[in-house]
Amino acid sequence: MNALLSPGLGRRTSSFLATHSRARLALVLIAPLTWLVVVYVVALALLLVTALWRVDGYTGQISPSWTLDNIRTVVTGSLYQTVTLRTVGVAVVVTVVDVLIALPIAFYMAKVASPRARRLLVIATLMPLWASYLVKAYAWRSLLSEQGLLNWVLAPTGLQGPGYGLTAAIITLSYLWLPYVILPIYAGLEKVPDSLIEASSDLGASTWRTLGSVVLPLTTPAIIAGTIFSFSLSLGDYITVTIVGGTSQVLGNLVYTNVGAANNLPLAAAIALVPIVIIFGYLALVRRTGALDNL
Amino acid sequence: MRIGRTAQAALATVSTLTLLVIYLPLLVVFINSFSTSLSLSWPPPGLTTQWWERAANSEGARAAVATSVGIALLATAMALVLGTLVAIALQRFDFFGRQTVNLLVILPIALPGIVTGIALNNFFRTILGVPLSIWTLVVAHATFCIVTVFNNAVARLRRTGTRLEEASSDLGAGIWTTFRLVTFPQLRSALLAGGLLAFALSFDEIIVTTFTAGSGVTTLPIFILNNMFRPNQAPVVAVIAVVMVIVSVIPIYLAQRLSSADVDHR
Repeated sequence: MNALLSPGLGRRTSSFLATHSRARLALVLIAPLTWLVVVYVVALALLLVTALWRVDGYTGQISPSWTLDNIRTVVTGSLYQTVTLRTVGVAVVVTVVDVLIALPIAFYMAKVASPRARRLLVIATLMPLWASYLVKAYAWRSLLSEQGLLNWVLAPTGLQGPGYGLTAAIITLSYLWLPYVILPIYAGLEKVPDSLIEASSDLGASTWRTLGSVVLPLTTPAIIAGTIFSFSLSLGDYITVTIVGGTSQVLGNLVYTNVGAANNLPLAAAIALVPIVIIFGYLALVRRTGALDNL
Repeated sequence: MRIGRTAQAALATVSTLTLLVIYLPLLVVFINSFSTSLSLSWPPPGLTTQWWERAANSEGARAAVATSVGIALLATAMALVLGTLVAIALQRFDFFGRQTVNLLVILPIALPGIVTGIALNNFFRTILGVPLSIWTLVVAHATFCIVTVFNNAVARLRRTGTRLEEASSDLGAGIWTTFRLVTFPQLRSALLAGGLLAFALSFDEIIVTTFTAGSGVTTLPIFILNNMFRPNQAPVVAVIAVVMVIVSVIPIYLAQRLSSADVDHR
């Protein structure tokens, strides 16, 4: 051990590495790559394998014998189809709502506000939203409750808040993921050179024309990057639905029940494949737009 | 593009409204933590500090904070090492499969938390036969924390370029010396920012946590979730929620300062 640490050897390895960039790369890359592959890629691959196993009806143990039953159950079962459609629907609505809210504020921060106001706005927008997932979900639980602030505000108009349910889940999820959508869109808008915008208007384009033909196309990858976050996070969420969603079920609930109460890991794995397939499909779809470089 | 006065005013109004909506729920939780109403009815029928006292004396809450801090520290330490290494590899070397490695780092946060959670749960329990514990939780947290360290380190490496490192080796410094005296000092504040964000991310995580924590491991988010549905605990949860906002805003604010100081110095 001592010999290994002697300065002579240290210097020799140093000069060896200095001239061999491959060896240097291997030294740097080996630990993180091993970690990510062993802990994550292997775990994901084994999830697929587990989805093809079965649970022994008598012992409740997982037996590694091949079956397509879990996959078949998830693909053809009407419960799973309904829940998948509901989950995807929620994720799409949340994503659309977030983009619509994020665009004006991101545009204001990037192109209208003064540099000083911009920095303050960035911090003001992002800080409370990054703060804590559960706190925010809990805040909406109290706002939307029977005697909560929303119903109190609406009372004079004779209206009522949505209460706990799918609408509440959509509101809460949109609130939760908003910073993940604002941030990339803001970064994307900031990169659009002002000179291009000026050139466009010097050439006689109206504000809307400039927005539609210059700003929007240049910002599209950033917008898509934002949608990846809100869409993916919504697809996998089940805690918010537990907190404000009433009795509604999403894919996450089904996975959770099958891991915990039902102790059916193979079925849970098969259900988890649904969001994986959807996300990979979405990533493949948007890959060419360059959105992945904006993540 | 001339943005007219009306359009500017409209944008300013919409932005202000958005900010109001962002802060309002947090404000309500703050007020609720002083409410005498157990059911968090609005407006609060009266004000009291008893929930703050109860929360301060809560054994369970204190133990949960200690557990969360410990896990976040360990996960951050691991993420710092792995994230820095992979950032150097991707930013200083050109090699086959670079894009794939890049995707690998992003994947644990690009995929839904439930996928990461169940994949690791299955990996530990079914495949390795390891019971879930504090350690499986640390491994899970470190995996998705790598990306925040990586993002900060990569941005800094891209900005600093390789000139100083080349000068250092031209002057005869070995690669260890160059790393210790040139590369690392340049990275330091970026790593601090990345580490703070990783800490906040781990401290707050709930979905992956519920799937990878042993049954006896109660992190603060798990503690909150367990108590949220108990009627007479609601105001105490509000107190913990307020404290969590304050506590987690500090590292994020500092990280923001550190990264933007970076841009200003350029």
